Amino acid sequence: MSSTVAVHSLWTTAAPLAADKINAPKIEYAQLAPVLIVFGVAILGILLEAFLPRRFRYTGQVGLAVVGMAAAFAAVVALAAGGYATTKAHIAAMGAVAVDGPALFLQGTILLVGMVGVFTFAERRLDPKAHGRHVDSFAAQGSAVPGSDQEKDAVRAGFTTTEVFPLLMFAIGGMLIFPAANDLLTLFVALEVFSLPLYLLCALARRRRLMSQEAAVKYFLLGAFSSAFLLFGIALLYGYAGTVSYSGIASVVDGTAKLNPALADSAGNDALLLIGAALVGMGLLFKVGAVPFHMWTPDVYEGAPTPVTGFMAAATKVAAFGALLRLLYVVLPELRWDWRPVLWGVAILTMLVGAIVAVTQTDVKRLLAYSSIAHAGFILAGVIATTPEGVSSVLFYLAAYSFVTLGAFAVVTLVRDAGGEATHLSRWAGLGRRSPLVAAVFAIFLLAFAGIPLTSGFAGKFAVFSAAAQGGAMPLVIVGVISSAIAAFFYIRVIVLMFFSEPKADGPTVAVPSPLTSTAIAVGVAVTLVLGVAPQYFLDLANQAGVFVR
Amino acid sequence: MDYLIGWLVLLPLLGAGVLLTGGRRLDRTGHWIGTVLAGSSFVVAAVLFFDMLGRSGEDRALHSTAFTWISVGSFKADVAFQLDQLSMTFALLITGVGTLIHIYSIGYMEHDERRRRFFGYLNLFLAAMLLLVLADNYLLLYVGWEGVGLASYLLIGFWQHKPSAATAAKKAFIVNRVGDVGLSIAIMLMFTTFGTFTFGPVLGAVDGAGEGVLTGIGLMLLLAACGKSAQVPLQSWLGDAMEGPTPVSALIHAATMVTAGVYLITRSGAIFDAAPTAQVAVVTVGAVTLLFGAIVGCAKDDIKKALAGSTMSQIGYMVMAAGLGPIGYVFAIMHLVTHGFFKAGLFLGAGSVMHGMNDEVDMRKYGALRKYMPVTFVTFGLGYLAIIGFPGLSGFFSKDKIIEAAFAKGGTEGWILGGAALLGAGITAFYMTRVMLMTFFGEKRWEPDAEGHEPHPHESPKSMTIPMVVLAFGSVFAGFLFSWNEAFVKWLEPVTSFEEAHPPMGAAAVTGATMVVMLLGVGLAWAMYGRRPVPSVAPRASWLTRAARRDLLQDDFNHVALVLPGEYLTRGLVYVDHKGVDGVVNGTAAAVGGLSGRMRRLQNGYVRSYAVSMLAGTAVLVAATLLMRGVA
Repeated sequence: MSSTVAVHSLWTTAAPLAADKINAPKIEYAQLAPVLIVFGVAILGILLEAFLPRRFRYTGQVGLAVVGMAAAFAAVVALAAGGYATTKAHIAAMGAVAVDGPALFLQGTILLVGMVGVFTFAERRLDPKAHGRHVDSFAAQGSAVPGSDQEKDAVRAGFTTTEVFPLLMFAIGGMLIFPAANDLLTLFVALEVFSLPLYLLCALARRRRLMSQEAAVKYFLLGAFSSAFLLFGIALLYGYAGTVSYSGIASVVDGTAKLNPALADSAGNDALLLIGAALVGMGLLFKVGAVPFHMWTPDVYEGAPTPVTGFMAAATKVAAFGALLRLLYVVLPELRWDWRPVLWGVAILTMLVGAIVAVTQTDVKRLLAYSSIAHAGFILAGVIATTPEGVSSVLFYLAAYSFVTLGAFAVVTLVRDAGGEATHLSRWAGLGRRSPLVAAVFAIFLLAFAGIPLTSGFAGKFAVFSAAAQGGAMPLVIVGVISSAIAAFFYIRVIVLMFFSEPKADGPTVAVPSPLTSTAIAVGVAVTLVLGVAPQYFLDLANQAGVFVR
Repeated sequence: MDYLIGWLVLLPLLGAGVLLTGGRRLDRTGHWIGTVLAGSSFVVAAVLFFDMLGRSGEDRALHSTAFTWISVGSFKADVAFQLDQLSMTFALLITGVGTLIHIYSIGYMEHDERRRRFFGYLNLFLAAMLLLVLADNYLLLYVGWEGVGLASYLLIGFWQHKPSAATAAKKAFIVNRVGDVGLSIAIMLMFTTFGTFTFGPVLGAVDGAGEGVLTGIGLMLLLAACGKSAQVPLQSWLGDAMEGPTPVSALIHAATMVTAGVYLITRSGAIFDAAPTAQVAVVTVGAVTLLFGAIVGCAKDDIKKALAGSTMSQIGYMVMAAGLGPIGYVFAIMHLVTHGFFKAGLFLGAGSVMHGMNDEVDMRKYGALRKYMPVTFVTFGLGYLAIIGFPGLSGFFSKDKIIEAAFAKGGTEGWILGGAALLGAGITAFYMTRVMLMTFFGEKRWEPDAEGHEPHPHESPKSMTIPMVVLAFGSVFAGFLFSWNEAFVKWLEPVTSFEEAHPPMGAAAVTGATMVVMLLGVGLAWAMYGRRPVPSVAPRASWLTRAARRDLLQDDFNHVALVLPGEYLTRGLVYVDHKGVDGVVNGTAAAVGGLSGRMRRLQNGYVRSYAVSMLAGTAVLVAATLLMRGVA
């Protein structure tokens, strides 16, 4: 197919070689359609904010976002159906963006998660009406100082921050590029494109605004810190290989590139390569919330508005693991004897720390945050497998996990008392007696997190652990199973609390949501059960989508 | 005709369903429904029997598949029936004696408020027992096997207000479980060895299997038979099972259910024929039990327990005969049928006596009843003559053949088995004569019951006496009819195979010896209980009698050998569980919790601390990556 030796033909296929002359930039608009649609919608959303009267903005933004998500998802499906996930896998936009199986699979997942995210963002029935108007989870006016007169005026005037929708669209756009990025600069730009809107969104909670803003600042500072490392890593890799292109670096690493004599010296310097790879990896591990780069997770998850937390927990993980997979499997497969042991350590720490610290958490959102850390560890176990099964199991796990997470956080928005969401676990005692349906749904999500059979969590865990075991990482699997056992303790403790404790007299009530949140939760339950009961079709899908283009 | 086979099972099952779910509105008619359905089942059996007689030897077996029960991969189980001569014999016995006992129970249970339920359980028993003998595979047989166990449990404990009855029911159930485990292991072994558990293929493939596995299957089947048929060492439940209403003792614990073990061994004859070690175990169990039960029967003053000991002993004869191979199978079944008649008749007679004596069971408080209960006396007396082997009556023909077969086994083994069987015949004569004398002869030793009612013995109602009369006819004539022109041998031979037994000293000598031994037993009993008045309180007696009164210490043995070690094991396990397992679990949980609390403190909320940890983490990451290569 090409003159380049396909080194790891199991999960990479060779792309047609670019011709050796300078061409005018050629952009494959059709293949980039999902990303372009989302960014187009985001820009359109900003224009709506600028020109539409306030009273129409909510409807306009929600409608636009839903249509945009649907159109982008349709584009992804069309590309996949057109063979871009398999035989026609391709590197578009002058080598910047890959259009291949993993990219399309993850983009589809992110878009579905984004769609459901739009629903939870748009929910306006849960909070009591403020001055006769329905309000959502977001601050009336983000720029108003908490507790100030300006804020009170904004609330009285019935302002809502409809800018969250364009922000969400930008974040989703960045996330779509992140796992598809095929050079380090695109990777970095995508990272910033989705991170910055998320920092803002985190700061926009309607209630407990100071906590929300604190969370946003923490996230921003630490995110910037990790971005700096990532950027430094990129610089070192560029210094090593003389290119930022994934395939370019990969061919220098495996020695198949025709080297410019000026580069021969630096390309022989493995320290540059190793340090650069470690730093870029660290930037991605920060985003997935792996130990020891996880400390932002609980604070940010707790402070951010719950719909944002749900979206972020689900979609960021999908995007970041996608990018990590591509980096490790496309750029650094030759280095796997170097990075595998290091990632072993990271995975073991992540699984254990996430599971152990979660045991003593008393807040539902923090509990879910630590649970997400533990899950990052489980997914890392699949990443480490370095087999085709490893890729497909990670893809499957991400799809399964993201819907459970989104659904679980959506349920958290329902349980409320006078101060807003009642997230302290003691307040959830006896919930199953008072609201059996909501408690049962939450129990399903918890069981899925715990990996109980007939839920998607089991199918996912089974897939990654068996991939890891086949990949020779048996000790990792053992640690994973032990961590799962520890994690099962705190998941099931919540179930016990909900169903077998006496309800408190002044306990929280369960708000009746609009069809938006109901749909979000129903989708979560449906995906959890379908992927749990009949996972094979989706495992096959992930398996077909498991080949990277290089 | 084969479609009728299922109805044999279905009719009583229908009865059980109707009676047990019908509620109080069936209280007035329930016993009739149960009796009619049992009778209909007998009619069906009779129709099938005459149909079978119309065909010749090899074509007599019928097969009928109702539906596929389980089908998973190569594992396939059908609900399918097989009606051959062996099953037919059992079906007639079960439905025939069963119907008679239903009729008897109408009178016997007249004053019981829960009579409808009683008939429901009886119907359930009939259905399960018929399923057991009609199944064409071991798995379905197992269903019937468990079903009769359940019915037996329910009926022994029918008077659940009596703690002794409840305990006896539990005891029977638990002891039977031990045997049931044997049967389930045997079935699993069959499946792994033969890939099926249908009778035909399994028994036909025996030649291709190793003797080791056949011995294993045989021993497990024997264990199952020991449980169900109250053979040593699983015999301890039968005496206590007499806590159930007397019709139950007659039907389940004398005539039918307890013979299921004999059916199982006979049905699996091909396996035992190919596993001589298992066969030796079978005859040993049979010989030991026939003496064990007979000795226990000699010492019991409770009329039902004396008869229970006798049942155990008679089944011992059958098991021993079945263990003898082709020379014994036919006579095991023949004795089983004749025993079904006379033992059921004896139990019904005992029930009739109790009915007239304020439910008194102690024979020392009977005496001289022959004048007051003439029908009971005559029918019981005929049953008595049949069981001791009086010439011309049923027991004479069947038992004599077993003793001959035992001697014909040959060598030392033949002498031991024949000797035991002969000795057993003498003891049988002794204890049955004792029962007869203490109950119907001698002085009145009647005593008022606990509430002060003087007993007024009277003959029982027609519904009770008619079944007794019918059974008495069976006791008298069955053996003769079966032996006429070797009818029974020819009937069963195609199924069980048959060889003529040739005792070394000749058949006539064996018969003569049996007669002598029987007369000795009768004479000794007459000397002890007929010539001298019977004390109404049991005198202190020899150590053997005292041991026999305690069922030859079977419960004491079980207590010391099984219960006590079990209790200590349980206590030990509980201790280990509390201190060890729970300690480890709780300790782990506490350790995780403590670790969690400590690690949680690292999460202090300060961005600066988080940043430092990230920096340190990155440093470690980089260092580790470099160290892996050894570059640094």
